[in-house]
Amino acid sequence: MKRIVVGAHYGLKDWLAQRVTAVVMAVFTIFMIAAIAGGAVSSADAWRGFMAHRLVQIVSFLFAVSLFYHAWIGVRDIWMDYVKPPGLRLTLHVLTALALIGYAGWTVQILWRL
Amino acid sequence: MTTANRTVQFKIYRYDPDRDAKPYMQDISVEIEVTDRKLLDAMVRLKVKDDSLSFRRSCREGVCGSDAMNINGKNGLACLTDMSSFPPGKPIVLRPLPGLPVIRDLVVDMTQFFKQYHSIKPYLVNNDPLPERERLQSPAEREELNGLYECILCACCSTACPSFWWNPDKFVGPAGLLAAYRFIADTRDQATSERLDNLEDPYRLFRCHSIMNCVDVCPKNLNPTKAIGKIKELMLQRAI
Repeated sequence: MKRIVVGAHYGLKDWLAQRVTAVVMAVFTIFMIAAIAGGAVSSADAWRGFMAHRLVQIVSFLFAVSLFYHAWIGVRDIWMDYVKPPGLRLTLHVLTALALIGYAGWTVQILWRL
Repeated sequence: MTTANRTVQFKIYRYDPDRDAKPYMQDISVEIEVTDRKLLDAMVRLKVKDDSLSFRRSCREGVCGSDAMNINGKNGLACLTDMSSFPPGKPIVLRPLPGLPVIRDLVVDMTQFFKQYHSIKPYLVNNDPLPERERLQSPAEREELNGLYECILCACCSTACPSFWWNPDKFVGPAGLLAAYRFIADTRDQATSERLDNLEDPYRLFRCHSIMNCVDVCPKNLNPTKAIGKIKELMLQRAI
């Protein structure tokens, strides 16, 4: 069936999420630059101690989640622009989502093994 | 100021599907007079020299929007482009508006563009009985429509937009979205919610990533990106 279909009634949430996650990432970047300037990573031990703080682990996790959500919307938009066959596009969407969820799990493992 | 006639070089995209296997660039020069101030004046002389050249024009003063084309890589109206704005000695490169099917030379098929324009219902929806004289607005309410109603639908903006190039069948495009906001912003219109519903779609509205090519090329100096931002703002207000 060859019909042009639009009207999925979503998009606002993604648009908003992309902006909110961008702000989270910007704030985290400033926080990290300040921490590094303050000597948080002056030695391997100092860095390890810094990353072992519960607060640092939580904000790092929030940063990672924001990054992956932001990337999900951006990469999905690229597939939507350039990949027209629905089957291939759905496959790419699923692979992208699975990869990002996997990265999120990996991030948790890295952050809390200290 | 020079008073003598001068010769201007052109490089023009030519394509006649009945005769040409594929498009080519034609090198042509024409002598213009000092009174030929706008690009369109020079093009009218070109047309006299080579009458096989096709382009649209009508009002010759930036009102009808017919003579939109790609001038030295940037969309604009030939009738509003000053001949003095071109660097001397370099040929002026003219191409049809990008992204739309070429009918012949600089004439493009605007069907897709107008389809998107019609899809936003570009007319006032008001189900109240007609008042005796007219539907009134306060000066402040009328002020809201400035910068929106002036659009002449020349398609310079939509055909400068990569999102419109990739999805012309699904993305409304800057011209259509500016017109959509013109009716959303109109206090006399009663279909705001339906209009927002109609646009809440990952393609129709949210393909706009605010790169502002539309603002850059608009010959009427309008700002579709700002209008699109206001539509998103209203959608957000509605949702939270």
